[in-house]
Amino acid sequence: MRYILMGGGKTAYFLARDFISKGHNVTLIIRNGDEAAALSRQIRATVLHGDGSDPVLLEDAGARRADVFLALTPHDEDNLVACQLAQSMFGLPRTIAVVNDPENEAIFQQLGITVAVSATRIITTLIEEQTTFGAITNLFPVAEGRIVVTEVRLDADAPALEKTLQSLKLPEGALVAGILRGETVIVPRGSTQLQQSDRLILVTQPGNYGEALRILMGEDA
Amino acid sequence: MSSSLYIVIAGCGRLGSLLANELSRQGHSVVVVDRNEAKFAGLSAEFGGFTVVGDAVESDVLRQAKTGQADCFLATTNYDNVNLMLAQVAKTVFRVPLVIARVFDPSRESVYQQLGVATISPTRLSALAFQAAIQQGSAGQA
Repeated sequence: MRYILMGGGKTAYFLARDFISKGHNVTLIIRNGDEAAALSRQIRATVLHGDGSDPVLLEDAGARRADVFLALTPHDEDNLVACQLAQSMFGLPRTIAVVNDPENEAIFQQLGITVAVSATRIITTLIEEQTTFGAITNLFPVAEGRIVVTEVRLDADAPALEKTLQSLKLPEGALVAGILRGETVIVPRGSTQLQQSDRLILVTQPGNYGEALRILMGEDA
Repeated sequence: MSSSLYIVIAGCGRLGSLLANELSRQGHSVVVVDRNEAKFAGLSAEFGGFTVVGDAVESDVLRQAKTGQADCFLATTNYDNVNLMLAQVAKTVFRVPLVIARVFDPSRESVYQQLGVATISPTRLSALAFQAAIQQGSAGQA
């Protein structure tokens, strides 16, 4: 794949190095001249010095043939415009923008950016998950949050211990899709019996999430 | 445009303050947003509108300026990309009926016009004015 990365700093450097090591073709666009010169000596990528939201520079960077455009600068407006120009002038199929204001995540996607990522939001979510539920981790939404995937650990006081899945009567729209028991992975059936320290991969619709958790882990969950 | 409009102006530089003073004088309700409070010194003594200090690229700042109720949004900061982003946010998120962005770079301007963003390019306007002046000048000599 051909990647164009706009923006300097450590993130751009490590991402570029990672893509190159996986055999991808990388072009970097960097505004700071000294940084551009230094990077061009450090990694095997084409490094251009200039403004990534300048159509002429985008053309020079090979935007016409690239597969993915990543905008990583600390300026949301520059990331948006560069992605939009790459898309509408050069037909670049996938654009990814880092945003600083978490609200811009939704706004950028509304404005046609393929993926917008807010580091602030990711860190906030991680912290909230880790501090709220010790036994529940890896909560991530799928299909714009209409499905939630959770990893749930069964502790000694969990009401579901020693029971089979079919006897638990989980609500409609809740499914135990996998069980991690020590080193083994079990794809469960109705007759699978749950044990202490099992980690369940729970797939639910948000409305049934609370009830499923209560059945598996008890009222405290 | 005879009745009074609610107008939000982002960027209180030379163009923003000129527009704010003029539109306020014509009886419109004007709110000016700038991240640098000192820029509001460019507003005239008769300016009867409001000012909001903050970076308009944050949606929260646009909400403080009550952009959702605006009839008209003018993006007049010194940065093309800021203006282009603000214009799209004002139009798509806040549903402002009339949105205009200043864009210096003519090549960027044409792309965004295709995307439905109304723009005014000082560069293009100056070029046209120069050409007109040349034509007049040469006609006068002939």
